[in-house]
Amino acid sequence: MFFWSLVLIAVGIFSSFIYGRSRIKLNSKKQGTKSKSLPNYYAQYVLMWCLFPALIVYFSWAIFQEQIIQNIVISNFEFIEGAVYNEGLLLAEIRNVANNPSFADGKSIEIINAASHYSSLKQISQISFYTSIIIMMLLGALYASQKLKPEFHAQHTIEKYIQYILIFCSSVAIFTTLGIVFSLIFESLRFFAEVSISEFLFSTEWYPFIPIREGQTAAEGSFGAVPIFAGTFLVMVVAMCVAAPLGLLTAIYLAEYASQRVRKTVKPLLEILAGIPTIVYGFFAFVSVAPFVKAFGQSIGIDASPTSALAAGMVMGVMIIPFISSLSDDVINSVPQSLREASLGIGANKAETIKKVILPAALPGIVGAFLLAISRAIGETMIVVVAAGTAPNLTGNPFENVTTVTVQIVVALIGDQEFDNPRTLSAFALGLVLFVITLFLNIIALQIVKRYRERYE
Amino acid sequence: MNNSIAKEKIVSLRKKRSLEDIRFKYYGFTAMCLSLAVLVFLLYTIFSKGYTAFQKTIVLLEVDYNQEVLKLTPESSDEEMEKGKFFRVKKQAIENFFPDLSKSDIKLIKKLFSINVDNEIKDYFLENPEVINTKQQIWVTAHSDVDQLLKGNSRRDVPEDRRKLNDIQLSYVDQLVEENRVKQVFNNFFFTKADSRHPEIAGVAGSFMGSLFTLFTVFILSFPIAIGASVYLEEFAPKNRITELIEVNISNLAAVPSIVFGLLGLGVLLNVFGLPRSTPLVGGSVLALMTLPTIIIACRASLKAVPPSIKEGALAVGATKTQAVFHHVVPLALPGTLTGTIIGLAQALGETAPLIMIGMIAFIPNIPTGLTEPSAALPVQIYLWVESAERGFQEKSAAAIMVILIFLFMMNAIAVFLRNRFERKW
Repeated sequence: MFFWSLVLIAVGIFSSFIYGRSRIKLNSKKQGTKSKSLPNYYAQYVLMWCLFPALIVYFSWAIFQEQIIQNIVISNFEFIEGAVYNEGLLLAEIRNVANNPSFADGKSIEIINAASHYSSLKQISQISFYTSIIIMMLLGALYASQKLKPEFHAQHTIEKYIQYILIFCSSVAIFTTLGIVFSLIFESLRFFAEVSISEFLFSTEWYPFIPIREGQTAAEGSFGAVPIFAGTFLVMVVAMCVAAPLGLLTAIYLAEYASQRVRKTVKPLLEILAGIPTIVYGFFAFVSVAPFVKAFGQSIGIDASPTSALAAGMVMGVMIIPFISSLSDDVINSVPQSLREASLGIGANKAETIKKVILPAALPGIVGAFLLAISRAIGETMIVVVAAGTAPNLTGNPFENVTTVTVQIVVALIGDQEFDNPRTLSAFALGLVLFVITLFLNIIALQIVKRYRERYE
Repeated sequence: MNNSIAKEKIVSLRKKRSLEDIRFKYYGFTAMCLSLAVLVFLLYTIFSKGYTAFQKTIVLLEVDYNQEVLKLTPESSDEEMEKGKFFRVKKQAIENFFPDLSKSDIKLIKKLFSINVDNEIKDYFLENPEVINTKQQIWVTAHSDVDQLLKGNSRRDVPEDRRKLNDIQLSYVDQLVEENRVKQVFNNFFFTKADSRHPEIAGVAGSFMGSLFTLFTVFILSFPIAIGASVYLEEFAPKNRITELIEVNISNLAAVPSIVFGLLGLGVLLNVFGLPRSTPLVGGSVLALMTLPTIIIACRASLKAVPPSIKEGALAVGATKTQAVFHHVVPLALPGTLTGTIIGLAQALGETAPLIMIGMIAFIPNIPTGLTEPSAALPVQIYLWVESAERGFQEKSAAAIMVILIFLFMMNAIAVFLRNRFERKW
């Protein structure tokens, strides 16, 4: 349906363009004056007045149609007294029957009636959709054609419209942020209506298994996220223990010691490391590193879990090496040459220059890079989903199984989703925490780096 | 006397310092080599685990297309042939697979064949209807357990109860190998089929198409919006609070974890707007929002690289600002913006977490044909296979990783080519 309407709109705007062009030529010939702008601008004017009303109809239908139809169907549904209905499941069932008549066997009469009601509403909606698109296009073109006079400044108007379109494009980023913030906060508020904030932030018991369907038996859920935060922290620390020395030393070597040729070959290779999808790292952790960690743990007498914080953290560290090395490389390169020369001039050798002059001078930038890397490590999902565990575990032992914020978000949203159940909603509360922390780290890091840049520029 | 001691001290100190210098240099060198070694090891792991997935094991089966068993006649129409009783033919073929089989052995032997054998026997017949009432030697797909055994991925020396194949089945497989009735050929299923519960007939075609549709959506949405946004911010935006807010916003959005975008997709696109779950349309929209900052930053850099003299020249001969920008600056910056977009698309291709959030993790056994059809995507497919307990899926996941890496490599190669071919030094 939506594909063919796009074809319809395309035909509409094409003909409106042709119409606008010929109409203004005709009008200016009639009046014997030249038009203020080139004919194409008048044509574009008609086109825009044709396109935008149609798009408004198109998107409002795409967004609201399903909701409205569902509401009407549900409000007209003949509920049997005493029976318990789950609105989501009921709707799914009605939709299934409506789309696939073969599913109707064995369904109750109310559902079959509702399904036919649903189909007929769909049909009405479709017809009115096409008619309103055509009407809106015609109205738009009619309005625009009133203005197709030679003395009308079509170009000015068009340029103004283009400005509006550009402003809209650049505000998409703002809308995205607003969308993130509002959806996280809205769902989190629903979560915190059932679970108190203090329990969430300070309690150490995380058993989110609340029965989702009637008849399921499960323990009363408890939502203390401390073990999850601790697990995230542990994995992050392991990752930084791997990535910080390797990344920083690599950056120092590349910036201070390596020849131009080595730089030219190694930098793209590190970029490959950065471009590898995280699920690939997850596979690597699962297949190679985790068995290795387990064997290593056994050889030193520690019983390592097959999904350990160490394995996930180490691989995550590898993933952020290129991140740290390229940021630190930039930072070290922007330390002024004069500092190096002064240090070498008073007799310090290269290592001393680096350790005593360059690194202290570059320190704020390096700290900024580390903070960005930490924020990246906290938000990383696929490595930990595959290689760390799903059971919360409050421990500092990296050989043990821990879980992280991102893993719990995935776990809560895989499978049954019920937006009145705290288990599903907990994903949004955890997401809010994740968003706030990464945003905070990022803002601080960007501030530090910015101030550092200003110092040397 | 004192002098020589001091001299010695200085010499030894200098030695120590220069040793320290050399040591420090080697620390750096070692760190670099370690990072690169991990890269090599990673690629080696993937290749060594995955290359076997490009082959499958097939078994020679003698099939008797008897018209009575099939309940067909040579004159049957195509529709009737479609409905032929091929499972009975297969049953017969398996019963006669080895001479003098007992009932329990037949059951065991049945498990050496893929579930797809029925279809293969049928397809062979539909292609060559003249074989009715003849005996044909057909190569059919073996079960994943046999496949893994012959590839050496599952071991024979573990106790019987921890093996997929028991001792009797093993002896039959050995007999097949001895009689040359089993061989390995190129695994076409891996490239032509979608996901399946059975590893031997699972392929990446479905998830590959899903990824293509998703990337198409990302491109359609993010390219025009990114160009519009960067043109506005670079060329038209007044220097004021709001512009600054937008810029800060974009740079912060670039650092938001991808899983949060998944929550946005779930909370807004699915729950508020009611878009269809698990579809490339929703997945592509979420990924488009996610990659938008990256692409905008790249587009702005390439717009900035166009020298102002070009725009000023256009303005001097009487063009309006809009004309100068859209007729002169934007076309010159286009290769750069395309490069940035391709790099953004490469980022979107490998992204898994947001797609899981919006339900592209569902099991989809057919190849999607449109934007609004439920489908898988390559990285999610890899995740599903990695998590799967079935042994045969492990090589599949590694092979799918190879596919995605080659795909990524090609995208980056195109980006580099575009940059080198069209980039102008002013």
